[in-house]
Amino acid sequence: MRGRLGCAAGLATIRPTMALLAFSFVDVLFPARSQALTAYVSNERDNTISVVDLDAMKAVKTIDVGERPRGITLTRDGHFILLCASDDDTIQVIDTKTLKVVGNLPSGPDPETFALNAAGNLLYVSNENDSMVTVIDIDARKVMAEIPTGVEPEGMTVSPDGQTIVNTSETTNMAHFIDYKTRKVTANVLVDARPRIAMYRHDGTELWVSAELGGTVSVIDPVAHAVKRKIGFEVQGLRSDVIQPVGIRFTADDALAFVALGPANRVAVIDTKTYQVKDYLLVGQRVWQMDFTPDGKLLLTTNGLSNDISVIDVAALKVVKSIQVGRLPWGVVVAP
Amino acid sequence: MSATAVAAATRRGFSAMQYLICLRGIMWREMLRFVHQRERFVSALVRPLVWLFIFAAGFRQILGVSIIPPYETYVLYEVYVTPGLIAMIQLFNGMQSSLSMVYDREMGNMRMLLVSPLPRWYLLISKLVASTTVSVLQVYAFLLVAYLWGVEAPPWGYVTVLPALVLSGLMLGALGMLLSSMIRQLENFAGVMNFVIFPMFFASSALYPLWLVQQSSPVVYAICRLNPFTYAIELTRFALYGTVNWLALAVVAVMTVLFVAGAVLAYDPARGLIARRGGGAP
Repeated sequence: MRGRLGCAAGLATIRPTMALLAFSFVDVLFPARSQALTAYVSNERDNTISVVDLDAMKAVKTIDVGERPRGITLTRDGHFILLCASDDDTIQVIDTKTLKVVGNLPSGPDPETFALNAAGNLLYVSNENDSMVTVIDIDARKVMAEIPTGVEPEGMTVSPDGQTIVNTSETTNMAHFIDYKTRKVTANVLVDARPRIAMYRHDGTELWVSAELGGTVSVIDPVAHAVKRKIGFEVQGLRSDVIQPVGIRFTADDALAFVALGPANRVAVIDTKTYQVKDYLLVGQRVWQMDFTPDGKLLLTTNGLSNDISVIDVAALKVVKSIQVGRLPWGVVVAP
Repeated sequence: MSATAVAAATRRGFSAMQYLICLRGIMWREMLRFVHQRERFVSALVRPLVWLFIFAAGFRQILGVSIIPPYETYVLYEVYVTPGLIAMIQLFNGMQSSLSMVYDREMGNMRMLLVSPLPRWYLLISKLVASTTVSVLQVYAFLLVAYLWGVEAPPWGYVTVLPALVLSGLMLGALGMLLSSMIRQLENFAGVMNFVIFPMFFASSALYPLWLVQQSSPVVYAICRLNPFTYAIELTRFALYGTVNWLALAVVAVMTVLFVAGAVLAYDPARGLIARRGGGAP
């Protein structure tokens, strides 16, 4: 029996047998899992979502959606895709079975990204043009609150304990901490120029914020609300101004962090203990957002300018495949 | 090698053992040459490494734009250029081996070989096998250093590349042999460098993928596509990733047969170029 990774990589990149065995083992134990993993990629310029079969490693379908699709995620039950259709000023709800748009959420103007709360019933949306974070009740399809933050809100995340919402503002260059209950900003932390993405470690002990123009990742102590460390990047043969950190992802055990470096066409792999960059993985052009497969074995990256997604084997820290999708892929989410 | 003793033996035919003795003798000489000419081994290794360490470092960004089979994703230039450098090692080795034949002829050692009663084609093929073996050893030494430099192929690729190395080594060795039959003096080897090695290496897919060449010059692209060296590189490149490029395999196989046939013909005392030029006749 051929493991998923075997299919993924083909003969061209035979991983150590251990990895193959592990995959086959998982497939045998959980036969239901052997059905295809599916990735959904929002294509900002094509106004579509590409549906990628991760067994075949191919885009198999295209869904027409609203104008300028960017932020993309799944509801907790996995039945619906939520998608920021930025230029339509709405969040579209797409049924993962029929792949049809089945509804809209009132998002406020120009929604770019969002985050679900711990329970999965509230959605926090950054409205790039009106300096607000909009809180939406998904089931009621109603705006619950609007929280004023900095100028050009961008990254959104919710702490693992569900008590804090963090928003970054591109122009104010801050991470804003918002209390879950009172929906008020409780702290602001200044970071480097144009913060893009904020991401908590799974254990909640640190918040990492990427600064696209500053070229750094700030490691913030979420209790003291202070930057305790800044991580810089250096890729041999590249000018420092093309190194623009955007997407951040932690492995499930928080041992490694992956940072997408935009036009540097690399994903930095960071040891979270030492904060040192272990490796730079070459992917497509202007790498933007990332998502793990549910089993954490693969990490997908969207490469905006080369119109593809790259697949990283997390255990081997190798890029095993790049898959063509639509134009200007922005975000990606993987469904089991 | 005791050629005269064998000659004294019956002319009706030779046993497999005699063929083996002959092959062993020629292999042994080539290996001795390889081991004793340490500069030759070092230079065979340094030449591609200079390209890998220095040239490739400056071109890191040239390829980050396209995925070229057999690669499944984007690769660094170092990774792209490695099969081209492997083929370069084999090209130089093929030419150097032919140089040694010119040397042997000038010094008179070749007569020792050519008076062997075994068929001429067998002698040539033995010589070819010996020089190919040396080139394969050189390639693996290079791959080891490249691996330490961070240019990694899939583990099985190091096995699957072997048949490709043997075939392309034979092709380039046979080409060298054919050329050596046309060179009368050692000094002419500089000409071989200029008119064979450089054009073959540069007008190929060694340094740039062909789509990039096509964009800048359709004429050069056409030349690259006619260059058998391109197919030796692509055969090696695909084999290193566990796949077969059938077109490259076909071209390299056919060219190997043609070059070997040409060399056998050229060295045939009855009608060969050597007899005509008076190079081989005492």
